[in-house]
Amino acid sequence: MSIVHPQPLRLARQYKLKWETTQNAYVLLYPEGLIKLTGSAGEILKRIDGKSSAPDIINALEASYPGVDLKQDVIDFLEHAHNKGWITRD
Amino acid sequence: MTDSTHSAQPGPLWVNAEITYRCPLHCVFCYNPLNYASTFDKELSTEEWVRVLREARELGAVQLGLSGGEPLLRDDLEEIIAEASKMGYYTNLLTSGIGLTEKRIAAFKANGLDQIQLSFQDSSKELNDFLSSTKTFDLKLKVAKLIKQYDYPMVLNVVLHRLNIDHIEQILQMAERMQADHVELANSQYYAWAFKNREYLMPSREQLERAEIICNQFRERLGNKMKLYFVVPDYYSDRPKACMNGWGSVFLNIAPDGLALPCHEARMLPELAFPNVRDHDVRSIWFDSHAFNAYRGNSWMPEPCRSCDEKEKDFGGCRCQAFMLTGDAANTDPVCSKSPHHTLITDQVALAQGSRAADDQVRPLIIFRDDKNSRQFMQ
Repeated sequence: MSIVHPQPLRLARQYKLKWETTQNAYVLLYPEGLIKLTGSAGEILKRIDGKSSAPDIINALEASYPGVDLKQDVIDFLEHAHNKGWITRD
Repeated sequence: MTDSTHSAQPGPLWVNAEITYRCPLHCVFCYNPLNYASTFDKELSTEEWVRVLREARELGAVQLGLSGGEPLLRDDLEEIIAEASKMGYYTNLLTSGIGLTEKRIAAFKANGLDQIQLSFQDSSKELNDFLSSTKTFDLKLKVAKLIKQYDYPMVLNVVLHRLNIDHIEQILQMAERMQADHVELANSQYYAWAFKNREYLMPSREQLERAEIICNQFRERLGNKMKLYFVVPDYYSDRPKACMNGWGSVFLNIAPDGLALPCHEARMLPELAFPNVRDHDVRSIWFDSHAFNAYRGNSWMPEPCRSCDEKEKDFGGCRCQAFMLTGDAANTDPVCSKSPHHTLITDQVALAQGSRAADDQVRPLIIFRDDKNSRQFMQ
Protein backbone atom coordinates (compact mmCIF):
# COMPACT_ATOMS: atom_id res chain seq x y z
CA MET A 1 0.00 0.00 0.00
CA SER A 2 1.79 3.09 -1.20
CA ILE A 3 1.51 6.32 0.72
CA VAL A 4 1.35 8.16 -2.64
CA HIS A 5 -2.41 8.29 -2.96
CA PRO A 6 -4.95 11.06 -3.63
CA GLN A 7 -6.59 10.63 -0.21
CA PRO A 8 -5.67 13.34 2.33
CA LEU A 9 -3.35 12.57 5.23
CA ARG A 10 -3.92 13.56 8.82
CA LEU A 11 -2.12 13.12 12.12
CA ALA A 12 -3.41 10.19 14.16
CA ARG A 13 -5.74 11.35 16.93
CA GLN A 14 -3.34 10.90 19.79
CA TYR A 15 -0.51 12.87 18.16
CA LYS A 16 0.03 16.59 18.20
CA LEU A 17 2.64 18.62 16.33
CA LYS A 18 3.93 21.81 17.93
CA TRP A 19 6.56 24.36 16.99
CA GLU A 20 8.73 24.98 20.02
CA THR A 21 10.79 28.16 19.95
CA THR A 22 12.99 27.06 22.87
CA GLN A 23 13.90 23.85 21.02
CA ASN A 24 14.01 25.63 17.66
CA ALA A 25 12.23 22.57 16.28
CA TYR A 26 8.90 20.90 15.70
CA VAL A 27 8.02 18.44 18.44
CA LEU A 28 5.67 15.51 17.93
CA LEU A 29 3.80 14.73 21.13
CA TYR A 30 1.89 11.60 22.11
CA PRO A 31 0.79 9.89 25.33
CA GLU A 32 3.87 8.86 27.28
CA GLY A 33 6.38 10.49 25.01
CA LEU A 34 7.60 13.04 22.54
CA ILE A 35 9.95 13.24 19.58
CA LYS A 36 11.97 16.29 18.66
CA LEU A 37 11.90 16.35 14.86
CA THR A 38 14.72 17.20 12.48
CA GLY A 39 14.21 20.25 10.25
CA SER A 40 13.08 18.30 7.19
CA ALA A 41 10.78 15.99 9.17
CA GLY A 42 9.12 19.06 10.69
CA GLU A 43 8.75 20.70 7.27
CA ILE A 44 6.92 17.62 5.99
CA LEU A 45 4.72 16.94 9.03
CA LYS A 46 3.57 20.55 9.35
CA ARG A 47 1.94 20.19 5.93
CA ILE A 48 -0.23 17.32 7.12
CA ASP A 49 -3.52 19.10 7.72
CA GLY A 50 -6.27 16.59 6.96
CA LYS A 51 -6.75 18.14 3.49
CA SER A 52 -3.47 17.57 1.66
CA SER A 53 -2.55 14.20 0.14
CA ALA A 54 1.00 12.90 -0.24
CA PRO A 55 1.24 14.21 -3.84
CA ASP A 56 -0.03 17.64 -2.64
CA ILE A 57 2.66 17.72 0.04
CA ILE A 58 5.38 16.74 -2.43
CA ASN A 59 4.22 19.50 -4.82
CA ALA A 60 4.16 22.08 -2.04
CA LEU A 61 7.67 21.15 -0.90
CA GLU A 62 9.00 21.18 -4.47
CA ALA A 63 7.55 24.67 -4.88
CA SER A 64 9.23 25.80 -1.65
CA TYR A 65 12.60 24.28 -2.56
CA PRO A 66 12.85 24.63 -6.36
CA GLY A 67 15.53 22.61 -8.07
CA VAL A 68 15.89 20.14 -5.20
CA ASP A 69 15.00 16.53 -5.96
CA LEU A 70 13.26 15.62 -2.74
CA LYS A 71 10.38 13.44 -3.91
CA GLN A 72 11.81 10.08 -2.83
CA ASP A 73 12.98 11.41 0.55
CA VAL A 74 9.51 12.77 1.25
CA ILE A 75 7.87 9.49 0.25
CA ASP A 76 10.31 7.55 2.44
CA PHE A 77 9.61 9.79 5.42
CA LEU A 78 5.82 9.68 4.96
CA GLU A 79 5.98 5.89 4.77
CA HIS A 80 8.06 5.84 7.94
CA ALA A 81 5.56 8.14 9.67
CA HIS A 82 2.69 5.96 8.47
CA ASN A 83 4.36 2.77 9.69
CA LYS A 84 4.95 4.42 13.05
CA GLY A 85 1.26 5.27 13.25
CA TRP A 86 1.86 9.03 13.41
CA ILE A 87 -0.17 9.70 10.28
CA THR A 88 -3.16 8.06 8.72
CA ARG A 89 -5.38 8.55 5.75
CA ASP A 90 -8.62 6.92 6.80
CA MET B 1 29.82 19.26 37.18
CA THR B 2 31.99 20.99 34.65
CA ASP B 3 30.87 24.14 32.86
CA SER B 4 30.88 22.39 29.50
CA THR B 5 28.34 19.81 30.71
CA HIS B 6 26.24 22.60 32.17
CA SER B 7 26.07 24.62 28.96
CA ALA B 8 25.38 21.52 26.83
CA GLN B 9 22.51 20.41 29.05
CA PRO B 10 19.12 21.41 27.58
CA GLY B 11 16.17 22.15 29.83
CA PRO B 12 13.53 19.55 30.70
CA LEU B 13 11.09 18.55 27.94
CA TRP B 14 8.64 16.59 30.02
CA VAL B 15 7.15 17.53 33.37
CA ASN B 16 5.18 15.05 35.41
CA ALA B 17 3.12 16.87 38.00
CA GLU B 18 2.08 14.46 40.74
CA ILE B 19 -0.49 16.84 42.13
CA THR B 20 -1.61 14.55 44.96
CA TYR B 21 -0.77 11.11 46.33
CA ARG B 22 -4.28 10.77 47.68
CA CYS B 23 -6.11 8.03 45.78
CA PRO B 24 -9.39 6.19 46.11
CA LEU B 25 -7.73 3.05 44.69
CA HIS B 26 -5.26 0.84 46.53
CA CYS B 27 -3.43 -0.86 43.68
CA VAL B 28 -1.00 -3.56 44.64
CA PHE B 29 1.56 -2.49 41.99
CA CYS B 30 1.50 1.26 42.69
CA TYR B 31 4.81 3.04 42.08
CA ASN B 32 4.11 5.91 44.46
CA PRO B 33 6.53 5.99 47.39
CA LEU B 34 5.68 3.73 50.34
CA ASN B 35 5.59 6.74 52.66
CA TYR B 36 3.33 8.74 50.31
CA ALA B 37 1.00 9.67 53.20
CA SER B 38 3.74 11.97 54.53
CA THR B 39 2.87 14.45 51.75
CA PHE B 40 -0.82 14.83 52.62
CA ASP B 41 -0.41 17.96 54.74
CA LYS B 42 2.23 19.51 52.47
CA GLU B 43 0.59 19.60 49.02
CA LEU B 44 1.51 22.51 46.77
CA SER B 45 -1.18 25.16 46.34
CA THR B 46 -2.73 26.06 43.00
CA GLU B 47 -0.55 29.18 42.79
CA GLU B 48 2.58 27.17 43.51
CA TRP B 49 1.75 24.66 40.77
CA VAL B 50 1.10 27.41 38.26
CA ARG B 51 4.41 29.09 39.10
CA VAL B 52 6.36 25.81 38.80
CA LEU B 53 4.75 24.95 35.46
CA ARG B 54 5.53 28.42 34.13
CA GLU B 55 9.17 28.13 35.21
CA ALA B 56 9.52 24.74 33.53
CA ARG B 57 7.78 25.96 30.38
CA GLU B 58 10.26 28.83 30.16
CA LEU B 59 13.07 26.25 30.08
CA GLY B 60 11.39 24.49 27.14
CA ALA B 61 9.20 21.84 28.79
CA VAL B 62 6.28 20.98 26.51
CA GLN B 63 4.82 17.64 27.62
CA LEU B 64 2.85 17.79 30.87
CA GLY B 65 1.54 14.79 32.77
CA LEU B 66 -1.05 15.55 35.44
CA SER B 67 -0.78 12.54 37.62
CA GLY B 68 -0.94 11.24 41.17
CA GLY B 69 -2.32 9.47 43.14
CA GLU B 70 -5.63 10.36 41.62
CA PRO B 71 -5.36 13.89 40.22
CA LEU B 72 -9.15 14.23 40.12
CA LEU B 73 -9.08 14.53 43.90
CA ARG B 74 -7.71 18.05 43.48
CA ASP B 75 -10.65 20.36 42.87
CA ASP B 76 -8.30 22.93 41.31
CA LEU B 77 -7.43 20.53 38.46
CA GLU B 78 -9.64 22.53 36.07
CA GLU B 79 -7.67 25.67 36.89
CA ILE B 80 -4.27 23.97 36.60
CA ILE B 81 -5.28 22.57 33.19
CA ALA B 82 -6.46 25.98 31.99
CA GLU B 83 -3.22 27.69 33.05
CA ALA B 84 -0.96 24.94 31.64
CA SER B 85 -2.85 24.93 28.38
CA LYS B 86 -2.52 28.72 28.05
CA MET B 87 1.22 28.35 28.59
CA GLY B 88 1.32 26.03 25.57
CA TYR B 89 1.79 22.65 27.23
CA TYR B 90 0.50 19.45 25.69
CA THR B 91 -1.58 18.35 28.67
CA ASN B 92 -2.20 14.74 29.66
CA LEU B 93 -4.41 13.58 32.50
CA LEU B 94 -3.43 10.20 33.96
CA THR B 95 -6.39 8.89 35.85
CA SER B 96 -8.23 5.92 37.27
CA GLY B 97 -11.36 7.71 36.08
CA ILE B 98 -12.85 7.75 39.57
CA GLY B 99 -14.41 11.17 40.05
CA LEU B 100 -14.57 12.04 36.37
CA THR B 101 -18.09 13.37 35.98
CA GLU B 102 -19.54 14.81 32.79
CA LYS B 103 -19.35 18.28 34.32
CA ARG B 104 -15.64 17.92 34.96
CA ILE B 105 -14.73 16.43 31.59
CA ALA B 106 -16.65 19.22 29.86
CA ALA B 107 -14.63 21.77 31.85
CA PHE B 108 -11.37 19.99 31.03
CA LYS B 109 -12.24 20.05 27.36
CA ALA B 110 -13.14 23.74 27.48
CA ASN B 111 -9.93 24.49 29.38
CA GLY B 112 -7.76 22.83 26.74
CA LEU B 113 -6.90 19.36 28.10
CA ASP B 114 -5.35 17.39 25.21
CA GLN B 115 -5.48 13.81 26.38
CA ILE B 116 -6.85 11.46 29.02
CA GLN B 117 -5.16 8.19 29.90
CA LEU B 118 -7.53 5.85 31.65
CA SER B 119 -6.26 2.93 33.71
CA PHE B 120 -7.92 -0.42 34.12
CA GLN B 121 -6.59 -3.13 36.40
CA ASP B 122 -8.14 -6.01 34.45
CA SER B 123 -10.85 -6.93 31.97
CA SER B 124 -12.90 -8.59 34.65
CA LYS B 125 -14.83 -6.74 37.29
CA GLU B 126 -13.82 -9.25 39.94
CA LEU B 127 -10.04 -8.93 39.46
CA ASN B 128 -10.11 -5.19 38.68
CA ASP B 129 -11.89 -4.60 41.95
CA PHE B 130 -9.66 -6.98 43.90
CA LEU B 131 -6.39 -5.46 42.59
CA SER B 132 -7.52 -1.91 43.36
CA SER B 133 -9.34 -2.97 46.53
CA THR B 134 -12.38 -0.98 45.41
CA LYS B 135 -15.58 -1.40 43.45
CA THR B 136 -14.60 0.71 40.50
CA PHE B 137 -14.88 -1.40 37.35
CA ASP B 138 -18.35 -0.23 36.32
CA LEU B 139 -17.43 3.41 36.99
CA LYS B 140 -14.41 3.07 34.71
CA LEU B 141 -16.60 1.73 31.92
CA LYS B 142 -18.80 4.81 32.26
CA VAL B 143 -15.77 7.08 32.13
CA ALA B 144 -14.51 5.32 29.00
CA LYS B 145 -17.83 6.27 27.35
CA LEU B 146 -17.47 9.89 28.47
CA ILE B 147 -13.96 10.04 27.00
CA LYS B 148 -15.34 8.96 23.63
CA GLN B 149 -18.33 11.23 23.92
CA TYR B 150 -16.05 14.23 24.44
CA ASP B 151 -14.06 13.26 21.37
CA TYR B 152 -10.83 12.46 23.15
CA PRO B 153 -8.57 9.76 21.79
CA MET B 154 -9.09 6.63 23.86
CA VAL B 155 -5.80 5.91 25.64
CA LEU B 156 -5.95 2.86 27.86
CA ASN B 157 -3.41 1.81 30.38
CA VAL B 158 -3.38 -1.66 31.94
CA VAL B 159 -0.51 -2.70 34.20
CA LEU B 160 0.24 -6.37 33.62
CA HIS B 161 1.54 -8.90 36.14
CA ARG B 162 1.27 -12.52 37.18
CA LEU B 163 -2.31 -12.20 38.38
CA ASN B 164 -3.84 -10.66 35.24
CA ILE B 165 -1.47 -11.38 32.35
CA ASP B 166 -3.31 -14.56 31.37
CA HIS B 167 -6.37 -12.36 30.67
CA ILE B 168 -4.51 -10.53 27.94
CA GLU B 169 -6.89 -11.63 25.22
CA GLN B 170 -9.93 -10.43 27.19
CA ILE B 171 -8.13 -7.18 28.06
CA LEU B 172 -7.43 -6.52 24.39
CA GLN B 173 -10.98 -7.45 23.44
CA MET B 174 -12.20 -4.92 25.99
CA ALA B 175 -9.86 -2.30 24.50
CA GLU B 176 -11.19 -3.09 21.05
CA ARG B 177 -14.79 -2.78 22.19
CA MET B 178 -13.95 0.61 23.67
CA GLN B 179 -12.41 1.58 20.33
CA ALA B 180 -9.12 2.39 22.01
CA ASP B 181 -6.66 4.33 19.87
CA HIS B 182 -3.68 3.62 22.05
CA VAL B 183 -3.15 0.80 24.55
CA GLU B 184 -0.27 0.56 26.96
CA LEU B 185 0.23 -2.89 28.40
CA ALA B 186 3.28 -2.40 30.54
CA ASN B 187 4.30 -5.09 32.94
CA SER B 188 4.69 -3.88 36.47
CA GLN B 189 8.18 -2.65 37.26
CA TYR B 190 9.31 -3.57 40.73
CA TYR B 191 9.46 -0.37 42.71
CA ALA B 192 7.68 0.82 45.84
CA TRP B 193 4.45 -1.18 46.38
CA ALA B 194 5.17 -3.43 43.43
CA PHE B 195 8.57 -4.23 44.95
CA LYS B 196 6.86 -5.23 48.21
CA ASN B 197 4.63 -7.56 46.18
CA ARG B 198 7.26 -8.60 43.67
CA GLU B 199 7.06 -12.36 44.15
CA TYR B 200 3.30 -12.31 43.67
CA LEU B 201 3.42 -10.00 40.65
CA MET B 202 6.26 -11.34 38.52
CA PRO B 203 4.97 -13.41 35.62
CA SER B 204 6.68 -16.58 34.43
CA ARG B 205 8.53 -16.65 31.13
CA GLU B 206 5.80 -18.87 29.74
CA GLN B 207 3.11 -16.35 30.70
CA LEU B 208 5.05 -13.53 29.05
CA GLU B 209 5.63 -15.45 25.84
CA ARG B 210 1.98 -16.35 25.54
CA ALA B 211 0.92 -12.75 26.19
CA GLU B 212 3.30 -11.43 23.57
CA ILE B 213 2.00 -13.87 20.94
CA ILE B 214 -1.57 -12.73 21.60
CA CYS B 215 -0.53 -9.07 21.46
CA ASN B 216 1.11 -9.67 18.11
CA GLN B 217 -2.07 -11.29 16.77
CA PHE B 218 -4.07 -8.18 17.70
CA ARG B 219 -1.37 -5.96 16.19
CA GLU B 220 -1.46 -7.82 12.91
CA ARG B 221 -5.22 -7.68 12.70
CA LEU B 222 -5.72 -4.08 13.83
CA GLY B 223 -2.55 -2.39 12.61
CA ASN B 224 -2.41 1.28 13.52
CA LYS B 225 -6.12 1.43 14.28
CA MET B 226 -5.21 0.46 17.82
CA LYS B 227 -1.59 1.23 18.70
CA LEU B 228 -0.44 -1.43 21.08
CA TYR B 229 2.54 -1.16 23.41
CA PHE B 230 3.63 -4.26 25.26
CA VAL B 231 6.46 -3.86 27.76
CA VAL B 232 8.11 -6.87 29.44
CA PRO B 233 9.53 -6.55 32.96
CA ASP B 234 13.17 -5.47 32.73
CA TYR B 235 14.10 -8.46 34.93
CA TYR B 236 13.66 -10.54 31.78
CA SER B 237 16.29 -8.68 29.78
CA ASP B 238 20.06 -8.89 30.04
CA ARG B 239 20.59 -5.20 29.37
CA PRO B 240 19.07 -2.47 31.53
CA LYS B 241 16.45 -0.01 30.39
CA ALA B 242 17.62 3.47 29.39
CA CYS B 243 15.87 4.76 32.48
CA MET B 244 14.28 8.21 31.94
CA ASN B 245 16.52 8.52 28.88
CA GLY B 246 19.26 9.42 31.32
CA TRP B 247 19.23 11.07 34.73
CA GLY B 248 18.24 14.73 34.55
CA SER B 249 18.14 14.52 30.77
CA VAL B 250 14.54 15.24 29.71
CA PHE B 251 12.20 14.33 32.58
CA LEU B 252 11.27 16.33 35.65
CA ASN B 253 8.95 14.87 38.27
CA ILE B 254 7.36 17.14 40.84
CA ALA B 255 5.91 15.34 43.84
CA PRO B 256 2.79 16.62 45.66
CA ASP B 257 4.90 18.21 48.40
CA GLY B 258 7.05 20.06 45.87
CA LEU B 259 10.04 17.74 45.87
CA ALA B 260 11.72 17.86 42.45
CA LEU B 261 12.91 14.47 41.27
CA PRO B 262 14.56 13.07 38.12
CA CYS B 263 12.06 10.17 38.14
CA HIS B 264 9.00 8.89 40.00
CA GLU B 265 11.06 6.82 42.41
CA ALA B 266 14.13 8.86 43.28
CA ARG B 267 12.74 10.01 46.63
CA MET B 268 14.01 6.68 47.99
CA LEU B 269 17.68 7.60 47.39
CA PRO B 270 18.90 8.65 50.84
CA GLU B 271 22.08 10.52 49.99
CA LEU B 272 20.68 13.06 47.55
CA ALA B 273 18.98 16.00 49.21
CA PHE B 274 16.39 16.63 46.52
CA PRO B 275 15.48 20.27 46.12
CA ASN B 276 11.95 21.52 46.72
CA VAL B 277 10.21 23.91 44.34
CA ARG B 278 9.09 25.88 47.41
CA ASP B 279 12.74 26.81 48.06
CA HIS B 280 14.26 27.00 44.57
CA ASP B 281 13.16 27.89 41.07
CA VAL B 282 13.07 25.18 38.41
CA ARG B 283 16.06 26.64 36.57
CA SER B 284 18.41 26.33 39.52
CA ILE B 285 16.98 22.92 40.42
CA TRP B 286 17.48 21.54 36.92
CA PHE B 287 20.87 23.03 36.14
CA ASP B 288 22.59 23.68 39.46
CA SER B 289 21.34 21.29 42.14
CA HIS B 290 23.67 18.54 43.28
CA ALA B 291 20.85 15.99 43.04
CA PHE B 292 20.08 16.61 39.37
CA ASN B 293 23.78 16.59 38.45
CA ALA B 294 24.74 13.55 40.52
CA TYR B 295 24.22 10.96 37.74
CA ARG B 296 24.21 13.15 34.64
CA GLY B 297 26.54 12.21 31.82
CA ASN B 298 28.88 9.30 32.56
CA SER B 299 31.73 10.59 34.68
CA TRP B 300 30.08 9.15 37.82
CA MET B 301 30.05 5.61 36.44
CA PRO B 302 32.03 2.83 38.07
CA GLU B 303 32.99 -0.38 36.27
CA PRO B 304 31.61 -2.28 34.43
CA CYS B 305 29.71 0.74 33.01
CA ARG B 306 32.75 3.01 32.74
CA SER B 307 34.49 0.94 30.05
CA CYS B 308 31.27 -0.39 28.46
CA ASP B 309 30.58 0.60 24.86
CA GLU B 310 26.82 0.63 25.58
CA LYS B 311 26.97 3.27 28.32
CA GLU B 312 25.64 5.98 26.00
CA LYS B 313 22.74 3.73 25.07
CA ASP B 314 21.38 2.66 28.46
CA PHE B 315 23.15 5.10 30.85
CA GLY B 316 23.89 2.19 33.18
CA GLY B 317 20.18 1.55 33.71
CA CYS B 318 18.15 2.66 36.69
CA ARG B 319 19.74 4.33 39.75
CA CYS B 320 16.81 3.46 41.98
CA GLN B 321 16.89 -0.21 41.02
CA ALA B 322 20.66 -0.28 41.63
CA PHE B 323 20.08 1.26 45.07
CA MET B 324 17.17 -0.98 46.03
CA LEU B 325 18.94 -4.19 45.07
CA THR B 326 22.63 -3.45 45.80
CA GLY B 327 22.53 -0.62 48.33
CA ASP B 328 24.49 1.79 46.09
CA ALA B 329 22.72 3.93 43.49
CA ALA B 330 25.95 4.35 41.49
CA ASN B 331 26.29 0.64 40.82
CA THR B 332 25.43 -0.83 37.45
CA ASP B 333 21.76 -1.76 37.31
CA PRO B 334 21.77 -5.47 38.25
CA VAL B 335 19.52 -6.19 35.26
CA CYS B 336 22.70 -5.96 33.18
CA SER B 337 24.38 -9.34 32.72
CA LYS B 338 27.73 -7.55 33.13
CA SER B 339 26.77 -6.46 36.67
CA PRO B 340 28.49 -8.44 39.44
CA HIS B 341 25.06 -8.41 41.14
CA HIS B 342 23.15 -9.88 38.20
CA THR B 343 22.25 -13.04 40.15
CA LEU B 344 19.93 -10.85 42.26
CA ILE B 345 17.81 -10.65 39.12
CA THR B 346 18.25 -14.15 37.76
CA ASP B 347 17.46 -15.73 41.14
CA GLN B 348 14.21 -13.79 41.27
CA VAL B 349 13.35 -14.75 37.70
CA ALA B 350 14.07 -18.40 38.53
CA LEU B 351 11.63 -18.18 41.46
CA ALA B 352 8.94 -16.88 39.13
CA GLN B 353 9.15 -20.05 37.03
CA GLY B 354 8.06 -22.21 39.96
CA SER B 355 4.66 -23.77 40.22
CA ARG B 356 1.97 -21.22 40.90
CA ALA B 357 0.30 -21.02 44.24
CA ALA B 358 -3.47 -20.86 43.99
CA ASP B 359 -4.92 -17.36 43.84
CA ASP B 360 -6.73 -17.78 47.13
CA GLN B 361 -3.41 -18.57 48.83
CA VAL B 362 -1.61 -15.59 47.27
CA ARG B 363 -4.27 -12.95 47.74
CA PRO B 364 -4.12 -12.67 51.55
CA LEU B 365 -0.34 -12.13 51.37
CA ILE B 366 -0.47 -9.10 49.09
CA ILE B 367 0.20 -5.67 50.55
CA PHE B 368 -2.24 -3.01 49.37
CA ARG B 369 -1.33 0.61 48.83
CA ASP B 370 -3.38 2.32 51.46
CA ASP B 371 -2.94 5.11 53.96
CA LYS B 372 -2.70 2.80 56.96
CA ASN B 373 0.12 0.79 55.40
CA SER B 374 1.81 3.97 54.17
CA ARG B 375 1.82 5.48 57.67
CA GLN B 376 3.55 2.32 58.90
CA PHE B 377 6.25 2.78 56.27
CA MET B 378 6.70 6.40 57.40
CA GLN B 379 8.05 5.24 60.76
